Amino acid sequence: MREIDVKQVTEAVAKLCKDSCYYLPEELLAFYKEAVNREESPLGKEILNTIIENAELAKSKDVPICQDTGLTVVFMEIGQDVHFIGGDLYTAIHAGVADGYVKGYLRKSSVDDPVFVRKNTNDNTPAIIHTTIVSGDKVKITVCPKGCGSENMGAMKMLKPADGVEGIIKFVVDTVRSAGPNPCPPVTVGVGVGGNMEKAALLAKYSLTRKVGEHNKNPQYAELETKLLDLVNKTGVGPSGLGGRITAVAVNIEYAPTHIGGMPVAVNLNCHAARRAEMVL
Amino acid sequence: MAEIKYIKAPLTAETVKSLHAGDVVRISGYIYTARDAAHKRLTEALARGEKLPLDLKDNVIYYVGPSPTKPGEVVGSAGPTTSGRMDKYTPTLIQQGMRGMIGKGLRSKEVIDACVKYGAVYFVAVGGAAAVISKSIVGEQMIAYEDLGPEAIRRYEVKDFPAIVCIDTYGNDFYKEGIAKYSKE
Ligand code: SF4
Repeated sequence: MREIDVKQVTEAVAKLCKDSCYYLPEELLAFYKEAVNREESPLGKEILNTIIENAELAKSKDVPICQDTGLTVVFMEIGQDVHFIGGDLYTAIHAGVADGYVKGYLRKSSVDDPVFVRKNTNDNTPAIIHTTIVSGDKVKITVCPKGCGSENMGAMKMLKPADGVEGIIKFVVDTVRSAGPNPCPPVTVGVGVGGNMEKAALLAKYSLTRKVGEHNKNPQYAELETKLLDLVNKTGVGPSGLGGRITAVAVNIEYAPTHIGGMPVAVNLNCHAARRAEMVL
Repeated sequence: MAEIKYIKAPLTAETVKSLHAGDVVRISGYIYTARDAAHKRLTEALARGEKLPLDLKDNVIYYVGPSPTKPGEVVGSAGPTTSGRMDKYTPTLIQQGMRGMIGKGLRSKEVIDACVKYGAVYFVAVGGAAAVISKSIVGEQMIAYEDLGPEAIRRYEVKDFPAIVCIDTYGNDFYKEGIAKYSKE
């Protein structure tokens, strides 16, 4: 049994909030630099160059890449041999978010009640926390702040088994096309297939924690990812949705076993400012 | 790249007529910020017949909710937010004399029609390019609804603010044109 003080969790989460909002993942920046050469639209090239310049400027000044520093999504893989001490784990995570957002000059975008009051909580809490228990005595924390421009363009559909792979392809491409400029393309397309309603949505979100260039380990799904990326790029949406070739960075699919009668599919879009930072305790 | 047009804000009726969907512009002068909550208050005030805290005539509204300002900076990161959420309120504001909007994302037919009828333009800035855009904001002044935090109405002094004309006074929508040009479907 390994003991971890929850103070360490608070500190880690605070740092990851700031790091993810200031520093675009290296491999994503490298993708944009390479994609400029493939972009056919002159304006699209210009926009990709602006995206690159923006990421580099944010990094050099320690300021947010985008002003919408989102709701804070925290994925946590907890080794089953870990024992947290010194307080409540979830409270510690929320404290880390509050600290990171307040001291890091990140925008607070969380309102307490979604319908009637909509009062800002002023420290971006509560975080949206997804924990899984794994073997071992380590804790992996991944913080992915996500803005609403892209989150609002996600969609979910309870497809039927007879809809087949064609049904999934149509739903994914339609979702990206109709989202158009709103999710700030180039987007990363997260797709969750199978499970039930909430499982598919969570898989779609989780798929966005992948690094650029990583594919599903199942070759059939990896092939579908490549095919979908090609189709999505054919829509012509392009950088900022003003027309062009580079509509998406990647299509990431995660799947899970499902019921004999169903084939749920969820699409969660991430914007070009796809923020992610991780740490292992 | 197309030639860059340098324009002044507040805009004039002549300036907006000279702009066409797809034009790349740099805006200098003064613009006002407002997003969801401020739009709601402005239109509610109009409905009650009250005077607005700013004169909309010829002015440009920038849809933005900036991140907090770091010590030593003029503003925080301040890129555009999704404009479609303002569609419900926009035709009323255009009717009040608003000449321009800066945001990102699709607009409704009602907004396009109001741009044509009253002579207004919709500019888009590169969504998510917030740090770069902030460089063109050289001054900031609180105007109204301070309690709304990032959603308060501020006046920005801008110098060469980078934008693209998306909807012009002739009813063109550059999103449609641009995407159609590169679609291979
Ligand atoms: S969609 Fe992303 S890049 Fe665009 S404004 Fe929102 S958070 Fe920023």
